[in-house]
Amino acid sequence: MSDSRSLYEKMILDHYKNPRNYGKIQAADKIVEAVNPLCGDTFTLYIMFNDDRINALQFTGSGCAISKASASLMTELLTGKSRHEANKIADAFQEMLRTEPDAPIAEEELGMLAAFAGVREFPIRIKCATLAWRALIRCFDDEKEGGDVAATD
Amino acid sequence: MGQPHYTGDHIRKDFPILDTRIHDKPLIYLDNAATTQKPQCVIDAVTRYYTTQNANIHRGIHTLSEAATAKYEAVRQRVGAFIGADANYTVVFVRGATEAINLAAHGFARAWIKANDEILITGMEHHANIVPWQLLCEATDATLRVVPLNETGELNMDEFDRLLNERTKLVALTHASNVLGTVNPVQDICAKARAQGAVSLIDGAQSAPHTPINVAAMDADFFVFSGHKMYGPTGIGVLCGRTEWLERMPPYQGGGGAIHSVTFEKTTFAEPPRKFEAGTPHIAGVLGLGAAIDYVSGIGIDAIAAHERELLLYATDALADIEGVTLIGAARKKVGILSFTMDGIHPHDIAQLLDSHGIAIRAGHHCAQPLMQFYGIHATARASFALYNTQEEIESLANALRAVREVFA
Ligand SMILES: Cc1ncc(COP(=O)(O)O)c(C=O)c1O
Repeated sequence: MSDSRSLYEKMILDHYKNPRNYGKIQAADKIVEAVNPLCGDTFTLYIMFNDDRINALQFTGSGCAISKASASLMTELLTGKSRHEANKIADAFQEMLRTEPDAPIAEEELGMLAAFAGVREFPIRIKCATLAWRALIRCFDDEKEGGDVAATD
Repeated sequence: MGQPHYTGDHIRKDFPILDTRIHDKPLIYLDNAATTQKPQCVIDAVTRYYTTQNANIHRGIHTLSEAATAKYEAVRQRVGAFIGADANYTVVFVRGATEAINLAAHGFARAWIKANDEILITGMEHHANIVPWQLLCEATDATLRVVPLNETGELNMDEFDRLLNERTKLVALTHASNVLGTVNPVQDICAKARAQGAVSLIDGAQSAPHTPINVAAMDADFFVFSGHKMYGPTGIGVLCGRTEWLERMPPYQGGGGAIHSVTFEKTTFAEPPRKFEAGTPHIAGVLGLGAAIDYVSGIGIDAIAAHERELLLYATDALADIEGVTLIGAARKKVGILSFTMDGIHPHDIAQLLDSHGIAIRAGHHCAQPLMQFYGIHATARASFALYNTQEEIESLANALRAVREVFA
């Protein structure tokens, strides 16, 4: 395992300190909780849809640098995307996090998410990086089944 | 109180793991409240058992078995002496503090607790001293009551006096908090419980390794601790209880060793402690625990307490000096545990960055979520000290925390 400073990329620290799309959306179509009971990280996602597209995506809550930066970047990357496109990006991100620490990554496909490649060296933090993403995707899945959208793990 | 008649240095040679390097830096191990490191003599005791002494106990009529039995039982005596248990007490070997509390709760549920009885715990308990009592209350319709804390992290004793009443059947509390370090006035509490006709259980997981214990003077009915937090092996711990209670408690598990005689119609059980030690116990663990107790006694628990107190005071000053650091818990009487938060930096990120300096601390809720809720936080970072830690290590901790601030500046 290597030096943890590789985890705290400039971009990650920037999103942690200045989270984008931070705040409630009063008229949200969906509100989703993302909770990691092990460390107490708790975020709420607010989503507005325009047909199939994510028209607006905001969040509130608190967590570690990795989980908060990841939620922030997610709101930026997925706004304007269709559910299908959002799913693809989330899959690529989670796929990358499951690879070996030194495996090459698809930089082009991942774009800014490549900054999280360092998380692979700290398996315990992968859950932090994917917390908001998993909650969002589960909300899509639950919609299909018409179920509840509260998501915890 | 004896002065620390040792420096960290000559003690450190006894702990082989302290030579380890982490990220090419010397290991600075400050997660002792989670588990302490092991001195060579403990490692040797475990190895020696498996290499030259291995046999089951209380069974064989052969030399090795008799020798192993004698050694195992001798540790029982040494444990009792170490914690000041007199002839009224019996030492039972279990897996750790958690199992000891579960054993007591199980015995209590079956023997004494009925609907509307009350169990009194405190707001600073480890989950190990909350959940077994909740289960007991669910099974019996008894009520769990909780003594609140003051902002300093000390028990509100006025509230304790108010909550203790004739329905209280048992008072269970920690001797020292694993988050705040607070040392509770257990002698006073045990006396008040007894006056009210309630039984007392003291969780000594964080006190037995760090401060002199005298169970008889404390007048506790039960005292529990874990071997691995006091330089011994994992998987071994102690329930020290008043023999009169243990005799009346039903066995925790059934099996070999715990019985007097078995027919298919009826089993009669052995006397404590064997009634509670069904199956082959962790013999190597017991022998390792014996070595750990000898080691601690050889240095002197008073000297250890004094050394750790100096470290705590030094660390408290050093960390309070760092901008953005908030110390959690300001009890007058503490063991060497220091919880803190940093403005704008999550405890997990603190711990992760300290790791890159070779420094091991704990971050999280420390299995004390109700206590976190009391302080309105999710987690803290926690440094906890042991007999081998040094002021230089605390200096390094303080410098590393300044570097953490830089990363997030
Ligand atoms: C105060 C306290 N009680 C109980 C326990 C449980 O000890 P074990 O996990 O060894 O059973 C701990 C361990 O963290 C503790 O700190």
